Amino acid sequence: MGIMEILMIIIPTTLLWAAPLIFTALGGTFSERSGVVNIGLEGLMVIGAFTAIVFNLTFVDTFGAFTPWVSLVAAMVVGILFSLIHAVASITLRADQTVSGVAINLLAVGVALFLVKRIYDKGQTDIIQRGFSKVDIPILSDIPVIGPIFFSNTYYTSFVAILFAVIAWYVIYKTKFGLRLRAVGEHPMAADTMGINVTKMRYYGVLISGALGGIGGGVYAQAISSDFGHATISGQGFMALAAMIFGKWHPLGAMGAALFFGFAQSLSIIGSSLPFLENIPNVYLLIAPYVLTIIALTGFIGRADAPKASGVPYIKGSR
Amino acid sequence: MSSRLQNILVPIIAVLLGVLVGTIIMIISGFDAVAGFVALWDGAFGESYFTGETVRQITPYILAGLAVAFAFRTGLFNIGVEGQLIVGWLAAVWVGVAFDLPKIIHLPLAVLAAAAAGAFWAFIPGFLKAKYRVHEVIVTIMLNYTALHITNYIIRTVLSEKSDRTESIAETASLRSPFFESLTDYSRMHWGIVIALICVFIMWFILERTTRGFELKAVGFNQHASDYAGMNVKRNIILSMVISGAFAGLAGAMEGLGTFGYASIKGGFTGVGFDGIAVALLGANSPIGIVLAAILFGSLKVGALNMPLQAGVPNELVDIIIALIVFFVASSYLIRLIIKRFSKKGVK
Repeated sequence: MGIMEILMIIIPTTLLWAAPLIFTALGGTFSERSGVVNIGLEGLMVIGAFTAIVFNLTFVDTFGAFTPWVSLVAAMVVGILFSLIHAVASITLRADQTVSGVAINLLAVGVALFLVKRIYDKGQTDIIQRGFSKVDIPILSDIPVIGPIFFSNTYYTSFVAILFAVIAWYVIYKTKFGLRLRAVGEHPMAADTMGINVTKMRYYGVLISGALGGIGGGVYAQAISSDFGHATISGQGFMALAAMIFGKWHPLGAMGAALFFGFAQSLSIIGSSLPFLENIPNVYLLIAPYVLTIIALTGFIGRADAPKASGVPYIKGSR
Repeated sequence: MSSRLQNILVPIIAVLLGVLVGTIIMIISGFDAVAGFVALWDGAFGESYFTGETVRQITPYILAGLAVAFAFRTGLFNIGVEGQLIVGWLAAVWVGVAFDLPKIIHLPLAVLAAAAAGAFWAFIPGFLKAKYRVHEVIVTIMLNYTALHITNYIIRTVLSEKSDRTESIAETASLRSPFFESLTDYSRMHWGIVIALICVFIMWFILERTTRGFELKAVGFNQHASDYAGMNVKRNIILSMVISGAFAGLAGAMEGLGTFGYASIKGGFTGVGFDGIAVALLGANSPIGIVLAAILFGSLKVGALNMPLQAGVPNELVDIIIALIVFFVASSYLIRLIIKRFSKKGVK
């Protein structure tokens, strides 16, 4: 097997697995940058995956080829609504943000499976007819060398994810909104003194994370799993959380980390078909994202520091 | 209203609100709510078999709750109970399968192996927190998945020949109890409940009756003050995680030596570790509170299995109720506001 063929297998698979992680990790970045820890990313992905699949199954006849994209919008909207619970609890009601996030995860699985059984009378949905499918991207796939490796046999969603990462970087670092968001996450009292509405900015942060987490789940469900059951989302949300930390709370860093984790995931799946990897137990690839994140946190690969006010509810007037 | 009474009222109101919203969900979804709750009750206590199963479920819940609560008291959030539990489960089964010893040595050895494995798995985040100031929440989450994949790998390659489960443990390492089984119509209730209750006492004793426990709590209240008072904050952080992990490992032993008698490949988590967070939170991190909360959640969880059969209600309803209870306890600010409002009216 030549290097070209290997790359043609690995890179599209990496992009496929990375896309949901990129979306969700970006969501986490927005939330944490505003000062709200969001352990509930996993739950948001669950809700997104559930919504996308149900919407897709129900409206496939109406929207035809556009169904997966419309379903993604539905997943985004429901993700926003669901993250509102986390926002109300952790911002307005001053709940412990980690506990609230854990509750989001428990609630998402409960609600999604409850509704699946209510709607379909079984524990798992049918398989969707129209998911995201492999495409050769027009024009770009004709470029020699790069074309076949990056733009053939791939999914549009992966490139949308990368585009989102660039947009997120622009929003967080180059706009007034982003400056305020970061200010609220670093030093809410100072931001408040300058007339920034801390509560509003934090609501934005959490709701954006709901939107992106919902999209992430929707992408995973429609590109990878194709149905929804209790094990559809199993750890992708936490892996996205890891990507966000590994990327040092920076949108492009999060994207890079998500791509790397997607690479590790894809190797653990297709590794046995690659000549140089068949003898390595895939457990190493499975645990790599998590172990690397721990190592990154201990500071061996440059220190990763969370936004300063992350995890602390802001109470006006308290010191 | 005294703060003591408020502390008791908050969890009670949270449970009532959770059940209320659960009822509303059932009604909106077109289910018969009364039939649903009757099925839930029957499923938990209707027959002696179900009661035995409920006690079986309460056992790991108590230990997982203790694990979360013990770390909480030192100001640490151990979300890694799930991973420590899985590691403990594997260690217990490993000892149970590998050795051939008389029961009086074998069983304690297997139980201790579980505690040691869980303690080790929790030592890592404790050490990293103390030494590198890494937040324990992230590390424990990452270690959950690491534990899941590593134990699956060991079960598949070391403890079996590419099979999905290990062989069953030797009878000498089993917690199974013919006495409880005959009492409860052959449920899987086992001796573990005794171990769990002993651990409740141990936690109370450490925290309330020893100098070390006082230090652990002091660190939880204020690290800087404890440091200033001459306590070794770092050592206390590590110790707290280690003890917490030992409880979590024991919860794994309950599953490995009591309920199942083997370890199998897992596609996802058991959920006991995360429910332990709910138990600790509802029980306000106090030993007695944890027992009560574990009884509530254990009954809900086992009773729920009867809901689809008897009332056609999906058992996930109970997961929703548990999640809502966690929300309401976490948002106790809201409940305290309501109590304040009401008690003021009473004064007028």
